Amino acid sequence: MARLNWKRFKDERKNMNTVPGEKKKEKFFGIKPLVVALWFALLFLPFNGLRAAIILFAVLLISIIFFKFLFSYKKIVIEGLQTFHNKIRATGLFSAPSVHIIRSLSIIFLFILPFITTDYLIDVAILAGIYIILALGLNIIVGFAGLLNLGFVAFYAIGAYSYAIMNTKFGLDFWSALPFSIGLTTVSGFFLAIPALRLRGDYLAIVTLGFGEIVRLILNNWDSVTMGPNGIPGIAPPVIMSVSLGKLSYYYCFVLSLVILTVFVTRRVYSSRIGRAWVAIREDEIASSAMGINTTMYKLYSFAFGAFWAGLAGALFAGKMQFVSPESFTFMESVLIVSMVILGGLGSIPGVILGATILVILPEILREVQLYRMLALGGGLVLLMIFRPQGLLGGKGVSLRG
Amino acid sequence: MYLLEVKGLSKYFGGIKAVEEVTFKVKEGIIMSIIGPNGAGKTTIFNCLTGLSNPTKGDLYFSGTKLTGLPPHRIVRLGISRTFQNIRLFREMSVIENVMVAQHHKTRSGLIGSIIRWKRFRDEEKVVREKSIEYLGLVGLSDYPDAISGNLPYGAQRRLEIARALATEPSLILLDEPTAGMNPQETSEIMSLIRNFKKLGKTILLIEHDMKVVMGISDWIVVLDHGVKIAEGLPADIRKDSMVIGAYLGREH
Repeated sequence: MARLNWKRFKDERKNMNTVPGEKKKEKFFGIKPLVVALWFALLFLPFNGLRAAIILFAVLLISIIFFKFLFSYKKIVIEGLQTFHNKIRATGLFSAPSVHIIRSLSIIFLFILPFITTDYLIDVAILAGIYIILALGLNIIVGFAGLLNLGFVAFYAIGAYSYAIMNTKFGLDFWSALPFSIGLTTVSGFFLAIPALRLRGDYLAIVTLGFGEIVRLILNNWDSVTMGPNGIPGIAPPVIMSVSLGKLSYYYCFVLSLVILTVFVTRRVYSSRIGRAWVAIREDEIASSAMGINTTMYKLYSFAFGAFWAGLAGALFAGKMQFVSPESFTFMESVLIVSMVILGGLGSIPGVILGATILVILPEILREVQLYRMLALGGGLVLLMIFRPQGLLGGKGVSLRG
Repeated sequence: MYLLEVKGLSKYFGGIKAVEEVTFKVKEGIIMSIIGPNGAGKTTIFNCLTGLSNPTKGDLYFSGTKLTGLPPHRIVRLGISRTFQNIRLFREMSVIENVMVAQHHKTRSGLIGSIIRWKRFRDEEKVVREKSIEYLGLVGLSDYPDAISGNLPYGAQRRLEIARALATEPSLILLDEPTAGMNPQETSEIMSLIRNFKKLGKTILLIEHDMKVVMGISDWIVVLDHGVKIAEGLPADIRKDSMVIGAYLGREH
C-alpha cells in the first residue's frame, strides 16, 4: 500500500478552513454595501422623489451591514447553542429535547394553529402549503438534477385543470380524480422531457418556457373544454369520510399533511441512489455517464417526479379556490416558483420551504404598497445574488451553472 | 486472451484527423501505456473506448463484445472504467458519495424502495457504504469519508477519482494522466497504487507523460504521433526506437 503524506494533507485542509474566514473579516465593512445601497436608491429615485430615495439608501445600508454582522456571528451563536445543549445534557436533571421531540411538537403546533388564528391567516397558510409542494417539486428538477425549468407552471396548470374538468364535467370526486390528474401531469412531464432533454442549459430553459406558454394558450383558447378565459367555476372541494374540506381550517390540515408527505418522500428519495444519481448529473454529466448512470433516463425521472408534485399542488389549488382560470398560470407564476427555489437555496429542502413561505407571505405584508411589490421582490433577489448566491439555506457553490 | 481489441480506429473532427487507423490489442492482466506528444490523440482513444465520442471508423471489441455505438453507461456495465485528465469529481458531494455513485449500476432499489426503506433497501445501502469505505481505504482516503470532495487537496482528488473508477468494479481501468501535476513522492505513491491494481487482477491502460512512470510500470507501450501509431513494444525496445525518439525530440535532417 502506498505510503501517504498525511501531515501535508491535514495541513492543507487546515489552511483551507482558515483562509475564507480571515478574508471575510478583512472585507467586513467593504465598499459593497455602500455601492448596492446607492444603486438601489438611484433605481427608486424616479418613483418617489429624492427624500424617499435617501431614506431607502439609509435603510438599505444599515440593514445590509446589520445582516452581514449577524451572519458573521452565526458560527459563534451556533457553537454557543451547542455548548448550552451539552451543558443541559451534562446536568442529567432532564434529558435535552431530541430532534424528534422538537419536530413532533412543532408539527402538532402547526396542526393546532388554524383553530386559534383568523381565517385570513389560514388562507395565506394554505396557499403557502400549496406553494411549498410546488417548489419542492421544482427543486427536484432544478435543485437536484440541475435542469433549469422555466415552464413549471404548466404542470401545475395541468394538475389543476384536469381535476377541475373531471369534477365539473364527469362528476368525479377529489379522490377518484386525483390519481388521474397526478398521472396525467407526470406523463406530461415525461413527454415534455423527451424532446427537451436533447438540449442543455439556457436552451432547455427556453424550451420549457415555451411549453409553459403553450399550455396556458391552450387553456385560454380551447373553449369547449376549458371554457377559455372565463375559467371553470364550481369545483367541489375534497371530502374525507363524508366531512367536506370546504371549511378553511380542515383544508389547512389536509394541505399540511400533504406538505409533510411531500417533504418526507422527497427527502427519502434524495438520500437514496436515485437522489445521488441526480446530484451527480448536476455536478458533472459526462463524469456521471462514465460512472454508469443512464443520464437521459434519470433526467426524465426528475422531470416526471417533479411534475408529479406539481400535479398534486394543482389539484389542491383547484380544490381550494373552487375555480380555475388561465390567469393563475402565467409565466410570472413560473418565475415566482423558480424564485422560491433560488431564494431558499437550490437543492436544500428546508431552504425551499423557507423560500416558498417568504415569497407567499411577503406580498401579503406588502399589500399596502401593492405597486412596488414586484420591485421589492426583484430588489430582494438582486441583493440575495450579491450577498448569498447559494440561497438562504443552500450549500456552498451550488448554482444553476453547476 | 486479449481483453481489448482496437481495430483500425479513426476519429475525425471535421477535417482534423485526431486518430487515424490505430490498431492495438491489450492482453488481460497487464499494464499498458499509451504515450505520445501533446495532441497525438491519446485522450480521443479513451473517449471512443468509453463511449463519450463515437469513432468515425473502426471497431472496438471488449472481451468479444462490440463497443462501438454503445452509450457510456452500458460500457461501464461491461467492465470499463476511467479517470479524467482534468479531474471531474462530483465536487459538491462528499468523498464517500462520489464512490457510492460509481456503484449505481450494481444496485437495484427503485423509487418505492427508497421511500418505504424496507430491509432490502437498507441492506443494499449498507453494502454500498461498506464497499465504498473499502475502496477509499485502497487509495488511502478512508479517514475523510464525509469531507466535501471539492475541498480536498489536489493529490487527494486524483486518488479519489481513481477510487471512484475502481468502485464500478471494472476489469479494465483507463487512467488518463493520473500523475499530472504531482510531486515525485505523490507520483511514486500512484505508481505503487497502479501496481496494486495489477495484483488485484485488473488490466490497466495508462496515458502518461512522465517517462519514469511509463518505463517503470508498463508491460507494453503503444506510441502515437499525430493520431497515427508509430511504434509498439516492450519498454526497453521503445526506449531505443528511432521513430519514437524522432517524434519526441525532432528528426535529424
